[in-house]
Amino acid sequence: MSPVVRLLWFGGSVAVTALLVLLWQLIATYSGIPPVFLPGPDRAWNALVAGIGTGELTRLTWATVERMLYGWVLASMLGIALGALIGSSRRAREYIGPTLELVRPVPVSAFMPIVMAFLGLSGRMVLVVIAIGSIWPVLLATVHGVSNVEPRLLEVSRSLRFSRFQTLWKFALPNAQTDILAGMRLGLTVALVLAVIGEMLASEAGLGYHILTTARSYRSDQLFAGVILLGLIGLASNLVLQAIEWRVLRWRRR
Amino acid sequence: MNATKFAKGAIFPIAALIVWEAAMRIGNVQSDSLAAPSQIAAAFYQALIDGTIPRRTGETLRTALTGLALGGGAAVIVSVILGLVPAAARLMQFSIEVLRPVPAVALIPVAIMTLGFGYGMGIALVAFACFWPVLIYGHSAIVNIEPQLLDVSRVLRLGAFGRVTKIVLPAALPRYFVAFRLSAAVALIISVTVEIAANPLGIGHELMTASQSLHPDLMFAMLLWLGLVGWAVNAVLLFAQRRLFGPAAYSASLQ
Repeated sequence: MSPVVRLLWFGGSVAVTALLVLLWQLIATYSGIPPVFLPGPDRAWNALVAGIGTGELTRLTWATVERMLYGWVLASMLGIALGALIGSSRRAREYIGPTLELVRPVPVSAFMPIVMAFLGLSGRMVLVVIAIGSIWPVLLATVHGVSNVEPRLLEVSRSLRFSRFQTLWKFALPNAQTDILAGMRLGLTVALVLAVIGEMLASEAGLGYHILTTARSYRSDQLFAGVILLGLIGLASNLVLQAIEWRVLRWRRR
Repeated sequence: MNATKFAKGAIFPIAALIVWEAAMRIGNVQSDSLAAPSQIAAAFYQALIDGTIPRRTGETLRTALTGLALGGGAAVIVSVILGLVPAAARLMQFSIEVLRPVPAVALIPVAIMTLGFGYGMGIALVAFACFWPVLIYGHSAIVNIEPQLLDVSRVLRLGAFGRVTKIVLPAALPRYFVAFRLSAAVALIISVTVEIAANPLGIGHELMTASQSLHPDLMFAMLLWLGLVGWAVNAVLLFAQRRLFGPAAYSASLQ
């Protein structure tokens, strides 16, 4: 497909989205559903613009993004370090691997009540839960990537008399890059979910708590504005991670 | 050989349990947030015989499975249409890419406001979350159907309906099963998350109440049970996948 045709299709699919928004507007205006339950895109947009104008929504968005990123960065660093340690040693894999598989099927949000029992309802609790929750995808992906190195590369590292650390640094970790980045992408999604839930439960300032309070007081235009912002955070973080993956893994495509 | 492997894997958790139990007893710890493994086991047994665990599990599974069936079912229909009509797929692409990253939990307040507490909101949110993975997997399943099969349907002069029910869906079935198996995990996660955050139903709610009413024994017992349920759901579906589809589903889950 030539670039021009591709651009035309893309324009068409954007137009379809615009039509869907228009449909939403028509339903909201003419269906008789009270705007309290279904605000049109016009009301949601006005609330969004007003919220950004006063700085309120910008502040809340930033609070949520910051929480999500801190927890995620912490989880990624710990996950890669622990994963490399466990993955590079056969003994550690044999002894600790099964335990990891045991914890894996637990829905991560279930750790929230546990951490709450220890730390109470606080911003620190939310951060710890985000870190605990989003460490799993990174940790498991790193273990998998580090332990599945091409056997011939390991022979090379043996004949070069590499230490365990050198093998890890020069062969195993580069080999695990694809897995680690995929794990980090999943971890970031988990981090956003846990940030939202954590804010709701701990009443910490942020978009999660904001959409809960606006729903409770039936300010549905502001609620939808908040949901739109959360969707944008999800979209943006995914795009950024994809771009990073594309750049970092460029050497693999050659 | 397998027994040694199992024994090696079991050493770490068993040692951790013994140290935990010993520390709690020797230190004579009285805590609102931590309980000894023996107390957790007792609370687990208690919750099992007084009906708490069966009832709560039923509530969670009902939400998760109904939502999965609704969201996944809708996704099957949409993915067949998008798979067979490439123009439709290209035109919907932007809308899908924009809607998909909206976290299902961001819709919790919307669900509270419009549906109120109860099964309805949990099911709706699970359905939303499960729709996307089934749609994406299903679409790629349809697009990757052996072109010769579609030629066959043309030679047989099957109508659109016959083509979908006789050729397309059977050919894509193993991949759809894999999609549903992976989405079952999503369904469980979302239903439990909604229960923890808002909905007064299910295992998640029991876990939350135990945490807030300072019953660490029951809290850890429910966490343990939740892990078992998650593991069992996946194990049952994996078993079914092997029995029903064998190598077809194995290769599908790799792609």
